[in-house]
Amino acid sequence: MTELKMREPLIFELSKAGRGAPTQFPPLERSAVQVPAHLRRSAPPTLPEVSELQVVRHYTRLSQMNFSIDTHFYPLGSCTMKYNPKACNTYAMLPEFLGRHPLGPEPQGFLACMYELQEMLQEITGMTAVSLTPMAGAQGEFAGVAMIRAYHRARHDAARTEIIVPQAAHGTNPATATMCGFIVKEIPCDANGDVDIEALQAAVSPATAGIMLTNPSTLGVFERKIVQIARIVHEAGGLLYYDGANLNAILGKVRPGDMGFDVIHMNLHKTFSTPHGGGGPGSGAVGVSARLKPFLPLPIVGKDGARYRWLTERDLPQSIGRLSGFMGNAGVNLRAYIYMRLLGREGMVRVAEFAALNANYLMKRLQGLGFEAAYPQRRASHEFIITLKQENKAYHVSAMDVAKRLLDYGFHAPTTYFPLLVPECLLIEPTETEAKEDLDRFCDAMASIREEMRHDPEKLTSAPHTMPVRRLDDVRAAKQLDLIWNATAGG
Amino acid sequence: MAFIPHTPEDIAHMLNVIGVSSIDDLFDEIPADLRAGVLDVPAPLSEMLVGRLMADRAALDGRPLNFIGAGAYEHHIPAPVWAIATRGEFYSAYTPYQAEASQGTLQLIYEYQSMMCALTGMEVSNASLYDGASALAEACLMAVRSNRHSKSRRILVPRTVNPTYTRVAQTIAGNQDISFVPVDFDRSAGRLGVEALEAHAGQDFTALVVQQPNFFGSMEEVDALTDWAHRNNILVIAVVNPTSLALLKPPAAWGADGVSGADIVCGEGQALGVPLASGGPYFGFMATRMQYVRQMPGRIVGRTVDVEGRPGFSLTLQAREQHIRRSKATSNICTNQGLMVTAATIYMSLLGPRGLAAVAQASMQRTADLVAALTQVAGVKKAFTAPHFHEAVLLLDRPPAEILAALSQRGILGGLDLSERYPELGHALVVCATETKLDADIEAYRAALADAMGDARDHAKRNRS
Repeated sequence: MTELKMREPLIFELSKAGRGAPTQFPPLERSAVQVPAHLRRSAPPTLPEVSELQVVRHYTRLSQMNFSIDTHFYPLGSCTMKYNPKACNTYAMLPEFLGRHPLGPEPQGFLACMYELQEMLQEITGMTAVSLTPMAGAQGEFAGVAMIRAYHRARHDAARTEIIVPQAAHGTNPATATMCGFIVKEIPCDANGDVDIEALQAAVSPATAGIMLTNPSTLGVFERKIVQIARIVHEAGGLLYYDGANLNAILGKVRPGDMGFDVIHMNLHKTFSTPHGGGGPGSGAVGVSARLKPFLPLPIVGKDGARYRWLTERDLPQSIGRLSGFMGNAGVNLRAYIYMRLLGREGMVRVAEFAALNANYLMKRLQGLGFEAAYPQRRASHEFIITLKQENKAYHVSAMDVAKRLLDYGFHAPTTYFPLLVPECLLIEPTETEAKEDLDRFCDAMASIREEMRHDPEKLTSAPHTMPVRRLDDVRAAKQLDLIWNATAGG
Repeated sequence: MAFIPHTPEDIAHMLNVIGVSSIDDLFDEIPADLRAGVLDVPAPLSEMLVGRLMADRAALDGRPLNFIGAGAYEHHIPAPVWAIATRGEFYSAYTPYQAEASQGTLQLIYEYQSMMCALTGMEVSNASLYDGASALAEACLMAVRSNRHSKSRRILVPRTVNPTYTRVAQTIAGNQDISFVPVDFDRSAGRLGVEALEAHAGQDFTALVVQQPNFFGSMEEVDALTDWAHRNNILVIAVVNPTSLALLKPPAAWGADGVSGADIVCGEGQALGVPLASGGPYFGFMATRMQYVRQMPGRIVGRTVDVEGRPGFSLTLQAREQHIRRSKATSNICTNQGLMVTAATIYMSLLGPRGLAAVAQASMQRTADLVAALTQVAGVKKAFTAPHFHEAVLLLDRPPAEILAALSQRGILGGLDLSERYPELGHALVVCATETKLDADIEAYRAALADAMGDARDHAKRNRS
């Protein structure tokens, strides 16, 4: 980890007037045309002037200041940080794919991949139709809830103004419902992590447009009453939205369509292993049952005989519309397609099986070390929650302290303080691609941190100690905003 | 088993620790009647066979000579850009929530924000949005939150703005009772005239969208448009092409006084080192004045200090975001387009102010050369008089669809047919040439167009006789 301790100046601080990477500049044989004077910029932008080697070295060094799946175990709950196969990137970056302009003639090779991807996603989720256009999970959610709104409107059922969201839900769920013009009604979960059925029954009404659910829930357990929930919501005239954040847990084991969901979004960057890229791009494909099919966002890939083509407003006049300039994150979808072809039928089922095996094993081992599982009487899905409320009381260390100390041991921290319902929690998702030895090393680190809590809690509260920086002053970051480099301030 | 490292011994040992006899037991909480049968998806393929399949699919699509722009631009991408962006440490990292273990990504985003502010002249930039079209939608929502003078939630969108952007803004913002009012353009100049706006003077509008250069490639009279909007208490949302900003007046300087400026700036960042790739992933950018920073959606990175006083970087102003504010968040957006921003930041560092200006100047020159060459062909003329950047509209004497199909047969993507989007223009198409087009490429297009137009004319003549 020594490489992480290094520091690197800003690229602007390496800049010197007159330096550059001229091999990258286009030749200017003639320049007869000019921007009219009143539309021209008066001074060049203050971009850095650096050599090609300086650029390569600077950004290579910055990359080495990151944790990543390729370098570290990354058990970040709800994010499914599994191995991103290199083949997916290599074959998505073939020059014909990269060079293709999105408004050119319909490319049969690329569209064949997208059509087959739609079909595979339909089969895996038990839905009738799929659109690949949403560019991230949150946009998939938006599309899903917008379709629910469009559906009720098309039936002249304007009274349906409420979306029900369990308290354990990811923050995007209520934010999305608001973006779609709905009022959010939050309902509690019971002590075992299932939706409180009585609260649900009290919440549904002729104003219910739908419910947004994640299953397994963000509490890391399978929602056992799903069939009953579906019946209650459907009988009230509402629709069921499936948040695909945790699809990895059930791939090939149970299908959202069979559970009664009307619309789902999938995070291809989680379940289908496209890269997270330091925070995007993602891809948030949506799937629907037959009654929502007319409202799918465009474009979608259709097939006439042997020829693939884009379906447009002419084919789906009731569509909620377009969400991106072209067809969403095409290159991400291509990576998901390649991943699914590598896994195939047998590989897909094993994803859920080994994700569950790793999660349940890790949960049992951590319990054995004295850590408290939030839902000990339940099976872990692909992830589980440890609560540190006892340790917090006894040793005055927080979940954040444990998370930061794990960095010193060479592990990315689990998700902390999510879901908000469980105090001092760590949401841990090992994924199926981690070997038993790596899980055991993680347990060794947790055992050793547990010792430190008792004998040297300062080690935790002042962690991390081996990163390029120690804990950062977030209050200052938000109060004394320093958001861009300023030449005159001298960096 | 694909990407699963467990040996039979591992499995047996792990099941024993858990206290179950089979992996299937781990799913015993799922009601039996819900359990899925065997999936109907293809059998697994080895990497070699997948490689073969993808190479075959790619070959079907070929590598035509491209003269289409319309929101996605073919520029040279320096070799270091993707060699570095696809390093696993960038490619396979998550959003930098654990700041201490993500200083690389965070510092890069801080540098990116600085570069976007250098290009646009604005005071703050976010860490990027999904793409240019959705960035405009978010800018419209942000304008509604920011303009305290306006209650109308009505936004003026000239028809010179990319029509797909307008549609996307309608999809995303339309559910929040925001309406978009079109403004017509000057048919001979190919840009928005202040006269068209005067019809709306004195009314309550939240914002005016100005795209520079506009969808036709024409340069708008941004100073006059900005001053008109501000006189009417209307915010200006600038939609700009980042390459062009190496030469064009930055949005912060729009207005006759040179300081009035656009209020929110957004656009498509693809031109900065991101491949065309069938339309994505790209990235949208957004920048604004400091006074509106708390209304801006998306991630923002700030520089601060650690407990020892050393500088470091972290995500900041998170109180705006969905994971804190839930139903009251500025947007439901969680991610930025981190990997594309990584590429763009490396691209801008390699090009610098001189390189980017050279790309912009060469692209503008190549488009001028292309227009000069193509208008030599009988039946082809230039549509508009306004000065243009790296795109221009041509008028043909017959429907562009048949000509574009004929060009495509000859391996040339000849531009985008505008006849459905702008039927009033007649047989119009918008063409683009960047620095990647050589004299020989332009001549190949001219010759193929002359051929195609000639063939079409002969065909029409034969049909008449």
